[in-house]
Amino acid sequence: MKRKELICIVCPNGCQIQAEIEEGEKIQVNEITGHLCDKGPEWVEQELVNPMRTIASSIMVEGGDFPLVSVRTDSPIPFKSIPEIMKAIKSSKAKAPVQIGDIMVKNPAGTFCNIIATRTVQTQVLP
Amino acid sequence: MKSIKRDLVIIGGGPAGLAAAVAAKEFGCPDVLLIERDRILGGILNQCIHDGFGLHRFEESLTGPEYAQRYIDEFNRLGVDAMMGTIVLSLDRERNLLVSSRKGFTKIEAGAIVLSMGCRERTAGAIQIPGTRPSGIYTAGAAQNFINLQNIMVGKQVVILGSGDIGMIMARRMTLEGAKVESVFEILPYAGGLARNIQQCLNDYDIPLHLSTSVIELHGKSRLSGVTVANMDENFLPLPGSERHIPCDTLLLSVGLIPENELSHRAHVTMAPATGGAGVDDIFMTSVPGIFSCGNVLHVHDLVDHVSEEAALAGQFAAQFLEGGIPSPDSHINIVPKQGVRYTLPQHVSGLRDFTLSLRVTEPLKDRAVWVRDGDRKVARKKMVRLHPAEMIRVKIKGEKLQNTRTLEVSVE
Ligand SMILES: Cc1cc2nc3c(=O)[nH]c(=O)nc-3n(C[C@H](O)[C@H](O)[C@H](O)COP(=O)(O)OP(=O)(O)OC[C@H]3O[C@@H](n4cnc5c(N)ncnc54)[C@H](O)[C@@H]3O)c2cc1C
Ligand code: SF4
Repeated sequence: MKRKELICIVCPNGCQIQAEIEEGEKIQVNEITGHLCDKGPEWVEQELVNPMRTIASSIMVEGGDFPLVSVRTDSPIPFKSIPEIMKAIKSSKAKAPVQIGDIMVKNPAGTFCNIIATRTVQTQVLP
Repeated sequence: MKSIKRDLVIIGGGPAGLAAAVAAKEFGCPDVLLIERDRILGGILNQCIHDGFGLHRFEESLTGPEYAQRYIDEFNRLGVDAMMGTIVLSLDRERNLLVSSRKGFTKIEAGAIVLSMGCRERTAGAIQIPGTRPSGIYTAGAAQNFINLQNIMVGKQVVILGSGDIGMIMARRMTLEGAKVESVFEILPYAGGLARNIQQCLNDYDIPLHLSTSVIELHGKSRLSGVTVANMDENFLPLPGSERHIPCDTLLLSVGLIPENELSHRAHVTMAPATGGAGVDDIFMTSVPGIFSCGNVLHVHDLVDHVSEEAALAGQFAAQFLEGGIPSPDSHINIVPKQGVRYTLPQHVSGLRDFTLSLRVTEPLKDRAVWVRDGDRKVARKKMVRLHPAEMIRVKIKGEKLQNTRTLEVSVE
């Protein structure tokens, strides 16, 4: 039996959660305390087995009224695939116009997520 | 000079200004004008490309630009008028504004005004670190702007001073962009930002957070070459022998925000020293009739959701004021912060309506209750598992409980 302290990142409350776990072939969670809502325990179980995160970055845009379009993963991705996903983001380029919500990269690093634009970048109008 | 008359003028097009404009228009105010100095709406949200916005408001985890876009869409759908690339230079008690844009100067006579200018960051100058003055020292927000909006990477080996949310968010961002973030140093014995950011921005990337530690000297000629840090005693003085040198080419400062109140001062609005913003009542009106304040210019918020909620009320009350629907200000009930409370907002209320009392505690505490009392009488009580200065606490207060009240005292017990 082991005690683990985790900070739930689902919402700004950031509950400090204690979990009693048994390590073996499969991690077994026996008791969870310190959460303010039901999402806490759910998150802890996921976190102990396979932590998931959402990441944000930006992609270069050619001919836009801004040099960059901000992007994010459209669903949480396994923490361990972040470096590969960052690589996929960094190696891609876009052309203006880009609409908010557009898919910029499809299924990077073999994941199920897409990289979507989080802002609109219009075509630059030269004066 | 051109001179015009407008009903409601909103200064600043960040989330506060947008929400105020939308709410005023929806309330029925026919003439709303928003003035923004930047070329885009959304304020500081444009550079906050990380997610975590809107969990309260939209029950979704949006990025800053996405959150802003929801309000910008609403703003455009309602056809609210905006003057972009225009800065408000001055404002007086009679609600006369002087604004400047590429097209020249304009005088505006306004029926009511909402101040929503946001805040700026405390800088290196403001905290006075001894040593040389090399390049490579940025506020965390300036670095965020360079990296996220202008595609300019600010450095490779980074030390962050101050554990505010923006600093922690930038620690993660710089790491993902390939920089090495050595450490985050915090002079206080506790972190300044949200616990979730310690987890997902620092712990996730093995970036150490050193509490009760600060940067005491800067080194380097043209570019920063390193900093000296030391552990601090209770009086914030370096403990002899604890000094150590950390090589780095970049220092990011995340040491607090200052409400941008130059215009409020010009209009002779009475300020509240504890918040750095205007003193307001339960309709978000300042000491000057017809001038309202909301968002970060009023007090620094940790969550944009609360900014939008507060600003929508300010916009709606401003519209009501224009209609003559608000009786002459009679906010005679003073709210006084007591034990454990750093500030409350509003600072005084009318007792005519329900309102949300916002407050911050002075230090981190566990298992306490926030008490709101009129003498010995309990007006409200909120039990809390965890209280932290970084997290604004909100308590709903019923107007009907304030019939003969003169003073409300707020404490943590
Ligand atoms: C660098 C930084 C990062 C932040 N990161 C987060 C975060 O990650 N999560 C979070 O919840 N909150 C964050 N915040 C807090 C965030 O500022 C607020 O949640 C919110 O953006 C405040 O909204 P606002 O409209 O009051 O101010 P702002 O967004 O700052 O908007 C103010 C607007 O007023 C305009 N303005 C100012 N003066 C004038 C003038 N004289 N004339 C015309 N226009 C003017 C400015 O150009 C600006 O567009 C951050 C704040 C800063 C400074
Ligand atoms: S347990 Fe619930 S309330 Fe606590 S941080 Fe997680 S989601 Fe938020």
